[in-house]
Amino acid sequence: MEPKKPFELVVREHGPTVLRVCRAVLGDHDAEDAWSETFLSALKAYPELPAGANVQAWLVTIAHRKSIDIVRSRNRRPLPVDELPVRPSGLGVPGNGHREVLDAVGQLPPKQRQAVAYHYIAGLPYKEVAGLLGGTPDAARRAGADGVKALRAILFDSSLSYVKEETP
Amino acid sequence: MTIHHDDPGLSEILAPLEPAEPAVMQRLHERLTAAAAEQHTLDIAYRTVDSPIGKLLLAATERGILRVAFEVENHDAVLQLLAEKLSPRILFAPDRLDPAARELDEYFAGTRREFDLPVDFSLSRGFRLSVLEHLPRIAYGHTESYAQVALATGSPRAVRAVGTACATNPLPVILPCHRVVKSDGSFGSYLGGTEAKRALLALEAA
Repeated sequence: MEPKKPFELVVREHGPTVLRVCRAVLGDHDAEDAWSETFLSALKAYPELPAGANVQAWLVTIAHRKSIDIVRSRNRRPLPVDELPVRPSGLGVPGNGHREVLDAVGQLPPKQRQAVAYHYIAGLPYKEVAGLLGGTPDAARRAGADGVKALRAILFDSSLSYVKEETP
Repeated sequence: MTIHHDDPGLSEILAPLEPAEPAVMQRLHERLTAAAAEQHTLDIAYRTVDSPIGKLLLAATERGILRVAFEVENHDAVLQLLAEKLSPRILFAPDRLDPAARELDEYFAGTRREFDLPVDFSLSRGFRLSVLEHLPRIAYGHTESYAQVALATGSPRAVRAVGTACATNPLPVILPCHRVVKSDGSFGSYLGGTEAKRALLALEAA
């Protein structure tokens, strides 16, 4: 059994992925609060985590619960549309387009958004995604597939119209 | 750059979400260490400092400084051992080590002769602990032989055990095992290397 690493290595290894998941589920504004609460909780419970456990899946589970708490405590829709300004697309340009993708993910219904975040960003199998969302693995798989389909539609429509506008 | 809309892979679609900004991760890390310290869940804080005898790893619990490690010990390996022996709740958190870093700076600059830091002796027990507790009584610029230290700790025949206690000192420099030398006046071995021991004794002789 591999001995438990210093928590610093857990933060370095999984911190960026967990932030992506939080951003996809909650949007930029609340993502950093969710990330902070996730890692603070994880640090506290870390000595009790069984050796050899899947650390990333464990962190995503905590992030999922923290995200729900944040949404509930602020008593509002997970991603308010009015906070998302429409900006020119940077899709396809490395390091750019963050806002557009986030806007698009934010337009998905919560279940689809979570399924996309947990399966495609965090890499959890649909069986575990279903464990987080409730329902069957098949339902989770459908939510993920529907989310991806919707995401493609939103992103291509908006960026195409933008490209058209910018072409002299 | 051309945008391909035909059928981009999903990873390409989600790629812009990558939090590449190191500044964001650093800010989140600082927020985490501050909150953890406040909630007393940061069991071991660490940082490194540069010194004339190489980069030193410093680690501290809430009780005091726990470990000073030379580069040759491999800092990653030292932290891994602390995780297994004491607690894996370890974060890079320089603040807790600020007083130790400052005192070490002063020591290496020649302006400090004694360390005034709370020490956590959790890593040592028994006879080794008695030896470590004796070390600060050897004055700056002076040396004692292994036999003298054995005598001072009440076990005159435990000369070899004194050598082992010095060789496994978890707090070198701060607990001055470099002031313990062989009876014939030669340096004897040192975890940080004979050169480091020579440099420390030369600094104190200046």
